[in-house]
Amino acid sequence: MMVLRESIIMKIHYGTAIGALFLTVIHIMMRLTQDFHESLAYENVIANYESVGYALLLELLLILISVHGFNGLRVILFEMNQGPTYEKVVTVGCLAGMAALIGYGSRTIIMTSMGMT
Amino acid sequence: MERETGAREGLKGWLHPGKIGKFGIERLAWLLMRLTGLGLLAYFIGHIYETSHILDGKAVWDKSLEMTQTTEGHLFLALVIGMCVFHTGNGIRLMIAQMGYGIGKAERPDYPYKPQSINMKGKACIYATLGMAALAMWYGMAVMFA
Amino acid sequence: MATIHPKLSDELSQTVVSSTKSVKIKIKRSNPNVNSEQKFDDFVVPIEKWTTVLDVLLDVKSHLDHSVGVRYSCRQASCGSCGMKINGKPGLACFTKISELDSDTVTVEPMDNYPVVRDLAVNMDRMINNHKKVMPYVIREDSEIDAESGIREFLQSPENVDKYIQFSSCIKCGLCNSACPTMAMDKSFVGPQALAQAYRYIADDRDKGKNKRLKIIDESHGIWRCHFAGSCSQVCPKGVDPAMGIQLLRGYLLGIRD
Repeated sequence: MMVLRESIIMKIHYGTAIGALFLTVIHIMMRLTQDFHESLAYENVIANYESVGYALLLELLLILISVHGFNGLRVILFEMNQGPTYEKVVTVGCLAGMAALIGYGSRTIIMTSMGMT
Repeated sequence: MERETGAREGLKGWLHPGKIGKFGIERLAWLLMRLTGLGLLAYFIGHIYETSHILDGKAVWDKSLEMTQTTEGHLFLALVIGMCVFHTGNGIRLMIAQMGYGIGKAERPDYPYKPQSINMKGKACIYATLGMAALAMWYGMAVMFA
Repeated sequence: MATIHPKLSDELSQTVVSSTKSVKIKIKRSNPNVNSEQKFDDFVVPIEKWTTVLDVLLDVKSHLDHSVGVRYSCRQASCGSCGMKINGKPGLACFTKISELDSDTVTVEPMDNYPVVRDLAVNMDRMINNHKKVMPYVIREDSEIDAESGIREFLQSPENVDKYIQFSSCIKCGLCNSACPTMAMDKSFVGPQALAQAYRYIADDRDKGKNKRLKIIDESHGIWRCHFAGSCSQVCPKGVDPAMGIQLLRGYLLGIRD
């Protein structure tokens, strides 16, 4: 099962890594701009989500890490076992996992940023 | 490409500590890269689930935060910080090397044939990454235990 | 269970022994064609400071146990036949001196990641097939045979030769594939030997087969399954440095090299 050439997939892998790195740094800095425990207080977190810029950052971060993480998992699983059926299951499974995680995380981001808590 | 069968070392070839002794710090970095990758993916899935509790109101959010507000929880988060820093630092090293930088220049080999791609720059980067991961863990613990 | 054999057998004790030193060699024995049994046989053999692992094995074969299975030919690290695991690390038996191992006991085993034929001899079909897959020859449409002028040469500058000459030293001993962690699990991985050879021909300015080779290695068990553990380069007895070749080769697929 080969939808994209492996070199394209790996370019995406590298690109998502670099993107995720920068966004993760911002995400962590947001926790450290105030007292760590205070930054995680319910009201502060809600305020974070309700900021459109930060919500977009979280959404992008979610997509980048999910793509990078599940592709990394696919690579490791490909190296652990081989065979057409196995590889098809791994590819579909990783894509499904990636989509499910992005979907589930997006639900949290969208609903919270829209005040549906 | 044609599928081929043959004897393989199996997981021992990945995890046996003796491999690191025989093949050096680069082999340790290779192993840690995948272990930290798997660990970070598992943490990320857990993190997405944990943060979804924000939708269930303040009481549920506070309760879910309690899991990581313990000593064990802080140690776990410190480990995540370490994994994250190592995976990032080593990933940058690999990307640079995989683009052909810092691995030497092809030339006529001379005895005793020291491989140029396995050089002190690469080793120093791995040690520096391990050091930064340890430092980040220490800083993370200082913040969380404050 | 290990079997300790005498220093020299009674029937063949006429060998002149000038050495005062000896080494215990543990040889992994198996014959998958007969049964799945694996054992180590121990032999004590006299050595000099120049004695190689292959010398010791041939001493064992000549005087202690004729049945030890070992493949060898040139005895000078040119043919790539005597690859084996020596004290846990892949190496050429003819290129590894006992004195440099700094051990009174030397353990020899067949190379990892290859099916064993018998004792220390392994089946290298997988590596040879992968080597062939990357088309290890100069590809171009014109020929060195010219209809008008007879035979002509494809000229090349010394600078251009330097770009690939290192990788043309490969003797197909298979040590790199034996050390590679991906090869330990991935039976479809093309392997460092073949990838380094793909680079050797792509970097050769006489060759026009770059796109064909890149297409072959740019698949799910091709070049991207290398993660630069570098073990292949550490064991290469000829300074080929397959890890460098693979990283340089990746540059073509990443679009940072023409």
